[in-house]
Amino acid sequence: MISSRRPPLVVVAAATVAVLFFVLPLVGLIRRTAWSTLLDDLTTTDSITALRLSLVCSLSATALSVAFGMPLAWILARVSFPGRALVRGLVLLPLVLPPVVGGVALLTAFSRRGIVGEYLYDWFGIQLTFTTAGAILAETFVALPFFVITVEAGLRSMDRRYEDAATTLGAKPFTVFRRVTLPLIAPAVVAGAVLSWARALGEFGATITFAGNIIGRTQTLPLAVYLQLEANPDVAIALSLVLLAVSLTVIVSLRDRWLGTS
Amino acid sequence: MTLSAEIAVTLGTLEMDLTVEVRPGEVLALLGPNGAGKTTVLRAIAGLQPIDRGRITLGERVLDDPSERIFIRSEGRPVGVVFQDYLLFPHLTVRDNIAFGPRARGVPKPLADTTAAEWIDRVGLTHLARSKPSGLSGGEAQRVALARALATDPQLLLLDEPLAALDVTTRATVRRDLRLHLAGFDGATVMVTHDPLDALALADHVVILESGSVTQAGTIAEVTARPRTPYVAELLGVNLLRGSGDGHQVSVDSGATVTTGHAVSGETLLLVRPSSISLHVQRLDISARNQWHFTVTGIDLLGDHVRVRLSGEVDLVAEITPAALGELGLVEGMPVWASVKATDIAAYPA
Repeated sequence: MISSRRPPLVVVAAATVAVLFFVLPLVGLIRRTAWSTLLDDLTTTDSITALRLSLVCSLSATALSVAFGMPLAWILARVSFPGRALVRGLVLLPLVLPPVVGGVALLTAFSRRGIVGEYLYDWFGIQLTFTTAGAILAETFVALPFFVITVEAGLRSMDRRYEDAATTLGAKPFTVFRRVTLPLIAPAVVAGAVLSWARALGEFGATITFAGNIIGRTQTLPLAVYLQLEANPDVAIALSLVLLAVSLTVIVSLRDRWLGTS
Repeated sequence: MTLSAEIAVTLGTLEMDLTVEVRPGEVLALLGPNGAGKTTVLRAIAGLQPIDRGRITLGERVLDDPSERIFIRSEGRPVGVVFQDYLLFPHLTVRDNIAFGPRARGVPKPLADTTAAEWIDRVGLTHLARSKPSGLSGGEAQRVALARALATDPQLLLLDEPLAALDVTTRATVRRDLRLHLAGFDGATVMVTHDPLDALALADHVVILESGSVTQAGTIAEVTARPRTPYVAELLGVNLLRGSGDGHQVSVDSGATVTTGHAVSGETLLLVRPSSISLHVQRLDISARNQWHFTVTGIDLLGDHVRVRLSGEVDLVAEITPAALGELGLVEGMPVWASVKATDIAAYPA
């Protein structure tokens, strides 16, 4: 129940400062935007390249997150095995790990001298660093946890007796998953995919550390923003505005899930 | 095919160990208090709960036998289950819910849809074929659940509290419909319920399950004529006393002595129907009657009769008419004499 008494003035003041702290940068960004040249700024060759690359990388990272995150979420939610808590902790790690550390860690594993990267290069001639595939890998690293935790929560909160019902009707495990489990947790899957996509789109540290900053190959939107800030601040702000608009859309589209209806 | 299930399984603090057998065309009611393990029995038969020890067979086919390491998974068992709360898939229409079973068992979609349509017709819901379960009433949902369970043409039908989710008025109608559908089903049926009316209306045999064990089993007539546990006695609304018999006298465990119509010996159960007890303000001067002195501890008006709870050497419930209640002027806390003819007491070995 919400107290109807007037809250103490100090509390109100502190809360107002906190809200302003969020609002002022947004106002600043919008105020500094060169609206008259916005369209031109967004359609420079570099901007278009970065936008397109970001879209490709973030959607690929989302696809990878769904493809590998779904089985992982299912196992974490449904299979009890020794070390499950450890695996869950590992999955959550990229959420709190500084992205740049993630990038360094990815280098030690997948660069041409990394544990796996060495063999990828020697045997198949595959190099991940400084390639678009590398940028996708870096984005997947930070995006995957969002999908896994959202879907795992969805799996845990669904009524499993529906799966029992499907089983007694003769459905084999995969049919149960496809025709009952998946439709029932669809909202969680969509939310998880949207979240991981938004996270992938905004990824900076891991990408620049692991994949570098090559226009057209690894320079995604956030990297372009950072680089243009010195040379061409109007373009940087225009691109920032795009990322802000995406974030707002994500928040609005998921508001029922997070903010309730009140 | 006859279902024979010997089930031993430990779930938390509940140790279950029981055997049930149901012949084709027969309906067995599993009756018991909450937490007795009724649903677990159904889950074990359905293959949703592996058993620790025992053996479940359907006809010649072994479904579960841990000692032989045999366990047929649920999807491979020819069972149809109507779950408590029905568990209709919320994202599928009525027709797709019913077609789910045939589809999952490999029937091509057009044929599965035809089967579903036939069942929808049979349960009288043609107008709702394209509705989602959220739009159905309790009674309609129950019929869809039954149709869904039977659409796979099972040899065994399991019903978990099929009427518990319904309100009193719908329940009577749905019970009658269910009776017709069960009569048309030629496999074995096991129904879990805590309502003796369901058992009475729908089942041929009844098994009483208490704390994981069978405390009584038999036809409905047998069980109602000779209840064996306080739980069954309470379900039937009768008084059940236990004591040690010698000739025409039974010393009840609580200390009273009861005279019976015929000679008994050893551990004896005494069934005293509430309607056979008469109440008096003073002691009667008649032999061949059991007479006890009581205090009235409660009075419940139930339609055209009154149940009077009595406390004394034994605790009994008597049933009298509202007129008698008025004549006696009974109120709670009042002393009263109760008498029962010896020949009105059914006495049988415990």
